[in-house]
Amino acid sequence: MSANAPTADLFRSERMRRRRIVNRLVEGAATVAALLAVALLVIVVSSVVRQGWSAINVDFFTKTPAIYTGFGPRPASGISSAIIGTLIIIGIALVMALPVGVLTAIYLNELAPRKLASVLTLAFDVLNGIPAIVLGIFVFIFVVVGHGQAAWKASFALAILMVPMIARSTQEVLALVPASMREASLALGAAKWRTTLSVVLPQAVGGIVTGATLATARAAGETAPLLFTSALYSDSVSYDPRQPIASIPMFIFTSAEQADPVLHQQAWGAAAVLIGIILIASLIARWFADRSVRRLKGER
Amino acid sequence: MSVAQEPAAGPAALQRRGRFRPGDAILYVVTCAAALTGVVLLGLITHEVLTQAWPAMQKFGLGFLTTQAWGDKGNTLFGAKSFIFGTVVTSFGALLLATPISLAIALFLSELAPRWIRSVVAPLVELLAAIPSVVLGLWGILVLGPFITGTLGPAIHGTLSWVPIFSTKPTVGSNMFAAILILTIMIIPIVSSICRELFVSVPAELKDGALALGATRWEVVRGVVFPYARAGIAAALILGLGRALGEAIAVTQVIGNRVAINKSLFDPGDTLASRIAGQYQGADTALQVASLVYLAVILLVFSLIANLAAQLIVRRVAGRHQV
Repeated sequence: MSANAPTADLFRSERMRRRRIVNRLVEGAATVAALLAVALLVIVVSSVVRQGWSAINVDFFTKTPAIYTGFGPRPASGISSAIIGTLIIIGIALVMALPVGVLTAIYLNELAPRKLASVLTLAFDVLNGIPAIVLGIFVFIFVVVGHGQAAWKASFALAILMVPMIARSTQEVLALVPASMREASLALGAAKWRTTLSVVLPQAVGGIVTGATLATARAAGETAPLLFTSALYSDSVSYDPRQPIASIPMFIFTSAEQADPVLHQQAWGAAAVLIGIILIASLIARWFADRSVRRLKGER
Repeated sequence: MSVAQEPAAGPAALQRRGRFRPGDAILYVVTCAAALTGVVLLGLITHEVLTQAWPAMQKFGLGFLTTQAWGDKGNTLFGAKSFIFGTVVTSFGALLLATPISLAIALFLSELAPRWIRSVVAPLVELLAAIPSVVLGLWGILVLGPFITGTLGPAIHGTLSWVPIFSTKPTVGSNMFAAILILTIMIIPIVSSICRELFVSVPAELKDGALALGATRWEVVRGVVFPYARAGIAAALILGLGRALGEAIAVTQVIGNRVAINKSLFDPGDTLASRIAGQYQGADTALQVASLVYLAVILLVFSLIANLAAQLIVRRVAGRHQV
């Protein structure tokens, strides 16, 4: 019997050793890469927080950016006009984008013939890939040239950015609503519109909130669509959406270009506020998403 | 007609009722109109930019693509050559750096990491995507720029100065190398999160089969996971490329905004998107505005090609999986 036993030890052969070493190397490299990504996040966020921290105080939220003439002590300065401006611009953009996004998702998921839905979805996917700066230029030549900049025009540009995101995430939750619920409602004699609006849609509210929040967070940080539509570095608070309004991204963008270290400090502070807003929004969105998906899957 | 009487109405009445419901018609029309906005906006955007760019297109023709100028000869000569060069160099440079890193992250998260590490690291990588580009740009100007001129640049230049792309010493923090690094940071989360989902979707029986045949983990990845996800990886890379092509703000903050074609990455340059963003205050003449929009047209064409390609690949793959 022993004459037939394999003579080569499969587990100690040179070839096996080499394969194992290659495997180890690749596993190590993958781990290092993941650490690198986390390290990048930590480095960027920590420098924003470290530098921004010293700029943040009560005045930073309540005062407007002070124009410093170079003489005497610097007046207390803040970004209240930019914070209010961003809230107004984003609010209007959300009002424009939310209904369009949700209605689009309803059509694509509940009503449209399959072929048409696929073409229309492709259009939204392509729209989603158009660079934000091109959207800014589009709104600029469409409604700004000859009429002047205005906050609502910036909102319009941001809304174009948000609609595909809201539509996509709404579609994803609509697809999770069990077909049996629609069938039950239709079998009871309810009309299609009644079924859609009062049976299907309420099930999807969590997902819609998630999508809208994520889209809003993304839009809040966008600068490119604002450049040509509401590029204002303002030292006063404005509430009029028919005029250009200051915003946090524009404040960071313009302050960073200056040579003044105090303005850099303020830009870091504004960046910390912006990241804070976006982080909180993402956490809320994630929470809603987890909850609604769990509920929908649990009911299945 | 009250509800109680309905059953007595007979099949003919029921059928008639099923024919037309105003509520259904309204819902259909309203949602259909909303769903058409995507197509309408695409058409409108294309139409508007083409119309507005037309004066420049007429004056410069396709020669615009091969002219290196911006506002030369008394603000009458414009061209996109150096911006196209800058766009191609920075976005492909970023893709080159981001591809191995993103694939490695995706592999780590899908194949190697224990569940609890995965649930911590995956959201962190996605958070990287949530950092606004203007904040990355700020970081690029004030932290990365000085680091490149002070430490990284001299080190690379010192050891690799015989390579043309590292042939000059970085004198200012704003250069193409900084733009490449910033773009790399921006596309890593995009590519890696798509790839992770692809890798997770590889059927476990295929992987188990390879493992049972004695393959090491890397051999499973190379022989099973990569081939299975090949098309999806390509789509992810194209989407990342599209993002890098179109990024305006962070690039304009760090690239130096120079109308120049330099072979060294440590020299300043400019990209299409960055040039557009940089001109937001200073488009004076009608011809300059038209030329600016011409740049947007080129950018739009680039991004449409990239996105259509990626979506078509995704659709083909999705179709294959359904069969």
